[in-house]
Amino acid sequence: MPRPVRIKDHQAEQHLFEQRALMAAVIMLVALGLVIARLVWLQVVRYDYFADLSQGNRIKIEPIPPNRGLILDRNGLPLATNIPSYQLELTREQVLDVDATLAGLAALGLLDSADVPNLKQEIRSRRSFDAVPIKLQLGAEELARFAARQHEYPGVEIRPRLTRHYPLGASSVHAIGYVGAISEDDKKILDMSAYAGTTLTGKSGVERAYEKELHGRAGFQQLLVNAQGRSVERIGTEAAHLERREAIAGNDLILTIDQRVQQTAEEALRGQRASVVAIDPANGDVIAFASTPAFDPNMFARGLSRSEYLTLTEDPNRPMFDRALRGVYPPGSTVKPLMALAGLEYGLVTSTQSVFCHGQYRMPGVRRPWRDWKPGGHGSVDLRKALATSCDVYFYDLANVMGIDRMHDYLEQFGLGKPTGIDIPGERAGILPSTQWKKQAFKSKEAQTWYPGETISVGIGQGYMSTTPLQLAHFTAVIAARGQRFQPRLVRAIRNVETGEIQQLPPKQLASATNRNPEAWDATIGGMYDVTNASYGTGRAMAAGAPYSVAGKSGTAQVFTVAANERMRKAGELAEHLRDHALFIAFAPIEAPKLAVAVVIENAPGGGSAYAGPIARRILDAYLLTPEQRARQDAGRKPVAPMATPANTE
Amino acid sequence: MNYDALETSRTQRTFTGGARLLLALHLDGPLFIALCLVGGVGTIVLFSASGSSLEVLEAQLLRFGLGLLAMIVLAQIPPRLIRNISPWAYLTGLLLLLAVMLTGDVAMGAQRWLDLGVLRFQPSEMMKLAVPLACAWFLNDRPLPPSFTSLLVLVAAIGVPTLLIAEQPDLGTSLLVAAGGGMVVLLAGLRLRYILSVIGLLIPVALVAWQFLLHDYQKQRVLTFLDPRSDPLGAGYHIIQSQIAIGSGGVFGKGYLNGSQAQLQFLPERSTDFIFAVIGEEWGLIGLITVIALFMFVIGRALYLATTAHDTFSRLASGSLALTFCVYVSVNTGMVTGLLPVVGVPLPFISYGGTAMVTLMAGFGILMSLCAKRKLVGR
Repeated sequence: MPRPVRIKDHQAEQHLFEQRALMAAVIMLVALGLVIARLVWLQVVRYDYFADLSQGNRIKIEPIPPNRGLILDRNGLPLATNIPSYQLELTREQVLDVDATLAGLAALGLLDSADVPNLKQEIRSRRSFDAVPIKLQLGAEELARFAARQHEYPGVEIRPRLTRHYPLGASSVHAIGYVGAISEDDKKILDMSAYAGTTLTGKSGVERAYEKELHGRAGFQQLLVNAQGRSVERIGTEAAHLERREAIAGNDLILTIDQRVQQTAEEALRGQRASVVAIDPANGDVIAFASTPAFDPNMFARGLSRSEYLTLTEDPNRPMFDRALRGVYPPGSTVKPLMALAGLEYGLVTSTQSVFCHGQYRMPGVRRPWRDWKPGGHGSVDLRKALATSCDVYFYDLANVMGIDRMHDYLEQFGLGKPTGIDIPGERAGILPSTQWKKQAFKSKEAQTWYPGETISVGIGQGYMSTTPLQLAHFTAVIAARGQRFQPRLVRAIRNVETGEIQQLPPKQLASATNRNPEAWDATIGGMYDVTNASYGTGRAMAAGAPYSVAGKSGTAQVFTVAANERMRKAGELAEHLRDHALFIAFAPIEAPKLAVAVVIENAPGGGSAYAGPIARRILDAYLLTPEQRARQDAGRKPVAPMATPANTE
Repeated sequence: MNYDALETSRTQRTFTGGARLLLALHLDGPLFIALCLVGGVGTIVLFSASGSSLEVLEAQLLRFGLGLLAMIVLAQIPPRLIRNISPWAYLTGLLLLLAVMLTGDVAMGAQRWLDLGVLRFQPSEMMKLAVPLACAWFLNDRPLPPSFTSLLVLVAAIGVPTLLIAEQPDLGTSLLVAAGGGMVVLLAGLRLRYILSVIGLLIPVALVAWQFLLHDYQKQRVLTFLDPRSDPLGAGYHIIQSQIAIGSGGVFGKGYLNGSQAQLQFLPERSTDFIFAVIGEEWGLIGLITVIALFMFVIGRALYLATTAHDTFSRLASGSLALTFCVYVSVNTGMVTGLLPVVGVPLPFISYGGTAMVTLMAGFGILMSLCAKRKLVGR
């Protein structure tokens, strides 16, 4: 059946249309009525709010970054300065295609393509009108390369600024530290308003510890700006009245480091995983603070690419690791002078009493003997000779009689087992064991028990005991000063750049180490004198020909606990990383000590007296000899291979 | 109008002379004058929004002149010819859209332009007129309200170009093209139950579109619309800045050329899509209501003219053109004031931008031709 044909009814359609047009008109009225209602809301009800907002919009506060304070060595030699450089900045809202721009810059060799994803994230996380630094330092050649292509990269600009520069490169890096880009973590601790316009902040060492002094305070200037952040001079007919506050430059720091001594130490340690700390016993000034291998801090100020950073962190020799501050080593025999002092304090030994050493020590009820480093033994030894020959048996016995807790209580006065409080962050405490310590350090009941046998190893600086090179130098300085203690410090004065005024920081004296026995200091220091001067002294080679009096103590720290009867195994047979550490502590002159030194060489091919002793000597020479003496010595110096002299391994 | 009674003074003679000229050119007097007023206001505002740029002013005036010319020329074409051309214009437009999709130039990340050697041409602009005209042509000989089959054909005819344009991607234009066609269907007397079922269908379609069709930046726009403060310096920046501009204008505005938001370039796209905010900042609520009133008059007058047209095609086509104009105005003012998401719809005759202006004027030319009082009415 055909469907009924519908005929067009023009009259009805006209009517329908009019109806619909009317409906549409009503909808239009409603829609535009809503818009007008919204306008009344915005322009009448909320007028004050938006008027304020529009005011805030036009005046932009532009930061003026302060100049970072300089870091100088104790003689005024600049160690960290600021140099003008050019940085590449990208402003997101002015860039058409951020991805393409970064890819283009990477293709130009201005960015490392491995860094691009991080940069993208950084750019996205910032406000669209912020200029984000994408490369901190452009070399002259890179600058030219970019300048030629700048028109292809709208929104990418070169901005001149001051960058941190370390003129001596890697030297002193572990003391001075370095600056790097402000990280998210830094933002939590820094007052970011003082850092407006600054891209770098101290990351380690003095640069971090004295960040407040070095940084100064950002100034600002008000600019009348458009949304692109471009400065304009007036708005409509109204000229701008703008405020400006100058930045306050950071203060200069004068370190305790003597760069000449520092350099000597670094040269002596070159090629080894080693560290040196040298302290003035009279005030705690750190004269040298070296850890090798080191790294060039300029890399961080320049902006490290991802691959460079990985090379640095994945180096098995860990150049970023501050061995002097954070390396913990068994002190080995270097702890024996402290043991001697403790024995005298408790009246367990006298300076004249002798012990016969026949090469091993037996504890009642224990079958396994503790062996001396010298297989045949040292014969009859008194306290001075025990120190000079580094007789283990003497100190095994002493430790056993003393007991671990008395040992702990006395040695604690010398700063072992806790940070020395040096003025840079990250210091490790080492371990000064005690029964109490063992209870806290271990979980199982069994492991918490202190066994008397464990005391014996600690008596020669092994077992659980560990110290940092800084602690070694610190207690050496305390012995040199006969108990007087100063907190080690790297900064001795602060110079206000604005006024030129130098504020000397007073040395911080700590509670002195004491001894009830009036002969204790003389006997112990005498033993240390014999180490470097007596014919049987383990360290006699290092002091030979010195125009000043030297006291010292060698040490060899076991890395790998081999059975006592295997300890004599030739060092060369062990894998390098299992070889013993060579240690040496020394101070001079004995009458009026000026410098206390600790040297630690990781996995040395031989003992402390052979490998670490000569280095301690060079540092003492560098600090104590007059220029004429040095010249004479340099002229007469034969190339001395450290391997040529060893008679003893201890 | 009784012309004889008015012929008393020279002014009145000139006036009636003008009215006669308009009549002879098939132009509707009140609409013509209102459009010229809107164009004038637009030029004044644009001068300020563009940072007192004489070049922009010149270019806009030139386009307005070009648009007027297009309007006058199109108003002379007999309605029957327009009707007969409509389907062909539609087909040509569709082919050009496909051509753009295959070969088009990419400008600002979107494929909208077709390079015709001398002229760069946006087929999507042409479709803004061609879609409603073709729909009206289709319904002209059919009984109204349209049958279900007719509706299916219309949905396809509107949907294909809309999707093609949305893919370019140009959400604003595709919306206007869809609105143009949709208005025809609505005016044709679409039954209420269809309207309701379409709304019912739109919800799942919107969900699907959200999942699979919308570009990230389009989704971002919607999300930012829902909470502009979530991204104040990114996508929400436009909305916040334009609200600050409008709000800080107050009732009387900051004065011509004195809008700090606009003059200091805080307001993005201030001479194009967001020019309404510049008016609000410099002329205040009073300025905005004046502009809206002018637009309402234009729309009302155009709708009225549509009801006076003599055939279905003319009625539907001109009604749709009037209402599309209304969509322009409400969507643009809605988005600038923060009532609607930011879709790229310019404020007609005021926003800077050539093609849209010429298209709109051409639309009004067609409307005037379709609705002119003629001595011999062609059926």
